[in-house]
Amino acid sequence: MSAWSFVGEALPVAVAQAANLTTQVSASGWPWWGWPIALFLACFLMGIVAVPAGIGGGTLFVPIVGSFFPFHIDFVRGAGLLVALASALSAGPALLRSGLGHLRLALPLALMAAASSIVGAVLGLALSGNVIQIMLGVVVLAIVAFMVLAKRSDRPVVAQPDAWSQALRLHGVFVDGSTGQTVAWQVHRTLPGMLIFLGIGVLAGLFGIGAGWANVPALNLVMGAPLKVSAGTSGLVLSLVDSAAAWVYLNRGAVLPMIAVPSVLGMMLGARIGARLLTVLPAATIRRWVIAILLLAGLRAILKGLGVWP
Amino acid sequence: MTTPSARPPTGVQQPPETLVYATWLTWGARVGFVMLLLGFGLMVLGVVPSHVPPETLPQLWSLPLKDYLLRAQMPTGWGWLALLPKGDALGLLGIVALSASSIGCLLAVAPRFWRQGDRGLALMAWAIVGVMVLAASGWLSGGHA
Repeated sequence: MSAWSFVGEALPVAVAQAANLTTQVSASGWPWWGWPIALFLACFLMGIVAVPAGIGGGTLFVPIVGSFFPFHIDFVRGAGLLVALASALSAGPALLRSGLGHLRLALPLALMAAASSIVGAVLGLALSGNVIQIMLGVVVLAIVAFMVLAKRSDRPVVAQPDAWSQALRLHGVFVDGSTGQTVAWQVHRTLPGMLIFLGIGVLAGLFGIGAGWANVPALNLVMGAPLKVSAGTSGLVLSLVDSAAAWVYLNRGAVLPMIAVPSVLGMMLGARIGARLLTVLPAATIRRWVIAILLLAGLRAILKGLGVWP
Repeated sequence: MTTPSARPPTGVQQPPETLVYATWLTWGARVGFVMLLLGFGLMVLGVVPSHVPPETLPQLWSLPLKDYLLRAQMPTGWGWLALLPKGDALGLLGIVALSASSIGCLLAVAPRFWRQGDRGLALMAWAIVGVMVLAASGWLSGGHA
């Protein structure tokens, strides 16, 4: 068969199939495959801006997709956990090998947060979608306030480690890539830190959001871990916490591959590009835009939950 | 998650258990991602039929979970395994593999912690595995589904 005759015969068939697909439209007027593609593109953009904005893609995902896509919040939270989990898993090995993700420090915190994330997930799936939307909106507005107001300390001074920290040997050494210095560190206030992670786990399971925004200040400002170790260890904790909560969503049937997989792929691809563009993107401007979008998504979630802006 | 740029170690050797965990995590995540891509590809390209046809999803994904499960006649717990090799069940296989990847890492390092006298950390690692197995078992009831 010549190329032209192939085109002549195959093209009408392909057009007919495409026409058939496009007639299977959703209530929104989109073909069924339009939403996964839109989701992939949205997550790709979120992944790009998440890195320079200094916020996890998982934290952006649930408020934005929950507010502006037609999916029920139950499925958005299930997908959100997988987005945060996939990001944490892919970054984990490099963080561990570099010393920025500290396994000994992560384990006690992950134990508390993983256990409580199950409680959060079960609770979240027991509440109505509207209640979850309102609570999510409030939490997102709190995250925005956190992003604007929270202070960070590159290398907090820990004069004396506490008894738990000494017993579990929660200390380490890493090489700061920006200065080339070898930095030794230790932590204190281990028990208060573990209790904070108990609460963080509930939030992660309840809303399906990555909890880096809460993990990092808890590790850095409460326990005294250096900022880079806090961020790296936070990723390791997330990989364990989100796994535990994801199992609950999976068991309840709240994970739809058609929503979760394009989200994971888009976010991971975007994050890779965002990391490469880190030096050229205007981080401060992007951070302001992300804060503005989160503010809008938080208000939208509250109004959606109240039925004012369904 | 806020992820700093992770560079290869330059002069600081990490403890053996950390490197073991990292190796298991690398392979666990790789297997999970490959399964995720394969399963989703087979589902979305229609190579194998799905229990819930993709073209009906827009009428279902805006419903609350309990209504979706009823309308789609989707099983809960591990019931989806009975749907294999349907496309949507294949799509879930990769997600399960990703969710389980940390269990292998923890099981690999816990005995090392125990042997070197870090019994508290060993017990914590096993306890996290216990929490995950409990969550994965489906014994935890509740919810509106």
